Amino acid sequence: MTEQGRSVLKLTVNNHPGVMSHVCGLFSRRAYNLEGIMVMPIEGQAGNLSRMWLLLKDEERLDQIVRQTEKLIDVLVVERHTVNDSVFARAETFFAA
Amino acid sequence: MTESANQPGPEQATRLSGAQLLIRLLERQGVTRIAGMPGGANLPMYDALVNSPIQHVLVRHEQGGGFIAQGMARANGQAQVCFASSGPGATNLITAVADAQMDSIPLVAITGQVPQQMIGTDAFQETDTFGLMLPITKHNWLVRSPQELLSVIPEAFRIALSGRPGPVSIDIPKDVQSAFLEFEAWPEPGIADPAPRVSLDDVQAMMDRIRQAHKPVLMVGGGVAQANAADALRTFAEQHDLPAVQTFMGLGVIPSDHPLSLGMLGMHGARYTNMVLEECDLLVGLGVRFDDRATGKVSAFCPQADIIHVDIDRSEIGKIKSPVLAIQANVGDVLDAINAQQERTTRPLWRQRVEQLKHAHPLVLEGEDDLFRPYGAIRAVAALVDDSVNVTTDVGQHQMWVAQAYPFRRTRQWVSSGGLGTMGFGVPAAIGMALAQPERKTLCFTGDGSVMMNIQELPTLAEANLDVKIIVLNNGHLGLVRQQQSLFYSENYNAVQFEQTVNFAQAAEAMGVRGVDLARAGNPHEALREALQETGPCVINLPVLETEMVFPMVPPGGANSDMIGG
Ligand SMILES: Cc1ncc(C[n+]2csc(CCOP(=O)(O)OP(=O)(O)O)c2C)c(N)n1
Repeated sequence: MTEQGRSVLKLTVNNHPGVMSHVCGLFSRRAYNLEGIMVMPIEGQAGNLSRMWLLLKDEERLDQIVRQTEKLIDVLVVERHTVNDSVFARAETFFAA
Repeated sequence: MTESANQPGPEQATRLSGAQLLIRLLERQGVTRIAGMPGGANLPMYDALVNSPIQHVLVRHEQGGGFIAQGMARANGQAQVCFASSGPGATNLITAVADAQMDSIPLVAITGQVPQQMIGTDAFQETDTFGLMLPITKHNWLVRSPQELLSVIPEAFRIALSGRPGPVSIDIPKDVQSAFLEFEAWPEPGIADPAPRVSLDDVQAMMDRIRQAHKPVLMVGGGVAQANAADALRTFAEQHDLPAVQTFMGLGVIPSDHPLSLGMLGMHGARYTNMVLEECDLLVGLGVRFDDRATGKVSAFCPQADIIHVDIDRSEIGKIKSPVLAIQANVGDVLDAINAQQERTTRPLWRQRVEQLKHAHPLVLEGEDDLFRPYGAIRAVAALVDDSVNVTTDVGQHQMWVAQAYPFRRTRQWVSSGGLGTMGFGVPAAIGMALAQPERKTLCFTGDGSVMMNIQELPTLAEANLDVKIIVLNNGHLGLVRQQQSLFYSENYNAVQFEQTVNFAQAAEAMGVRGVDLARAGNPHEALREALQETGPCVINLPVLETEMVFPMVPPGGANSDMIGG
C-alpha cells in the first residue's frame, strides 16, 4: 500500500453499540473521505475498549477532522500514524484484486 | 454536606421502574418543567410523571415542545428537557434538535422507543431514532437497561452543558421504562465540566497583539452570551477602547447604543460596520465561529487583519480562518484575566476614523417613523416597552429587520434561530422564554409565513396564560424569498404569495388568545399600546407591504464589501 497522500488515525474508543455510527457518521457528514476501517476489541480490556484504525486521504482539512474526532464522547484517544506503521500495511494482501 | 452523607450508613436499596428512575433523576438534575407529548412508547414516563413536582407542558406538536424547551434554555442557560414518543413523535422533534445543535443550546430530548425485542422488526411507530439524532446532537444514546439510566442521565446533562453547550438525545425502549431495578446509591447530578485553565502567557500574547494594533476590532458572538460574560466584555472593550461588532448570536451582549458598539456585521450589517472590518488590522473573535452569513466570502473577510480567536471549542479554531493566536478557553475567564490587569488604552485616531465611517455610511432605517413600515413597526413596539422584555423572532425579513433595528441592551434578551434559520421557531421559543422568566414580557416578531409553522401552540400559550405578544408583520408573502427572487432571479416570482390569507386576529381568538388587527383599528398606535401594555397573551396583526426590502445586503457568496442597497 502506498504512503502517498494517505494518513492513518488510530483511535481508542468505548466498545459499545453506536460507536461505529458516531465515528463513521462524523466523516460522512463532514464530507471527508474514509477509505478504510478496521475495528476490533482491545485484548485484555474485558471488551470495554476497542481499537479503530481509519485510513484517510490527506487533505488540508485533516487537522480539522482530527479535532472533530477528538470531540466525540466515546473516542478516548486519537493518534496519527503512517500507513506503513499501521494495520493497513499488513492487511494489504487481503485486498488484492 | 449532611452528616449522613459523610458517614453513609448501609443504604436501603431503592426499587423503581426505569420510568420512575428517569423522572427522579430528572428531578435531581433540577428539572422543574418538561414540554412534550405522550404516545404509546413513552406512556410509562407519563405514568411516572404524575407524582412528580415537575410541571408538564402539553404541546400540540412535538416540534413546539422542542422549541419551548429551547426557549427556556436560551433564557437561562440551563439544560432543558422535552419528551416525545417513538416514530412520528421523535421525527417531529428532529427540527428543534437540529436547531439546538447549530446554535449550541443545551437541550435534552428524551424519546420513547418500541420494546427492545421489537427493534428492527418494523414495529408500529418504530423509527431509528438513534440514527436520526446522531448527526444533529453532541451525543446520543439508546438505553438498553434501567441500570444504564443511572449513568446516562447525569452524563447527558454534563455533556449538554460542558464546553460548548449543545443538544443530546436519549432514546428509551418501553421495556426499559417498565422494568424494575434495585439499586443502592443515587448518582451525582451531571454538571458542566470546569473550563480549561487560561494560560497567562496566552493572555499576555493576546494583550501584546492588541497593544501593537492600530485598528483593532472585537467580533463578539454567542459564546460571550453563553459564558455570561457581557459585563466583562464591556469592561474589556472600554478599558482598551475597542470597537465591537456583533454576530447575529451576539446581539445584546454589548448594548446597541453603547459608543463602542458597531452593530451587527455581515450579510445585513450596516455599511459602516463592514467597512470598519475592511480597514481593521486586528480582529479579535470572542466566542464566534466565523459563520458564512457573518464573514461573507471568507477570502475577502477582514483582508488587512490578523486574527485572534478565543473559543471554548477547539475544533472551531482554524476551521474557517487561521488565527495568529488561538486561545481555547471560556471567553469569560480570558476577559477576567485581562481585566484584572487594569490596564487602560485610548485610541483617539482609530475611534475618530470609525466615527467618520459611521456618519458617512450609517444604518439607514427607511420609514422608521411609519408604524406600517417594517422599521417603523419595530421601533414603535420597542418604544412602548422597556429593556426588561425578551424578544424572539421567526425567520425571514422580519427577523433581519429586528436584528438591525431593535435596540437590544441585554445578554439573552434576544433569541432567534441563527444557524438553522427555522421558520416556526418564534412562537414556541417565546412561550419557553416566558415560562422561564414569567416576570418579563416576551415579544415575538413573526411573519405570516413563519407563524403558520407552529401556530398550533397558541392554545398552549393560552393555557399557560403567559405575557407573550406575537407581532405578525403581515405581507401576505414569504417576504425573504420574494426579496431574493426580486434581486437575484429577475423578479421571476414563484411560490412566494399566499392566495388564501389568514385573519390572524380571528385565528388567535379561536385558539383562546386575544387578537388585535391594527389594519382595522381606528387608532392603530393606541391599539398597539394597549395590546402591548396589558399583561397576557396577544396576537397583533400589522400589515406591511411585500415590496419592502432588507437592506443593505451582501449577495449570497459575495464579499461583505459588495453590499447592495441601504
Ligand atoms: C422551515 C423552513 N422552511 C423554509 C425556509 C426558507 N425561508 C426562509 S425565509 C422564508 C420566508 C418567511 O416568510 P415570513 O415568515 O412571512 O417572513 P417575511 O420574510 O415575510 O418577513 C422561507 C420560506 C426556512 N427558513 N425554514
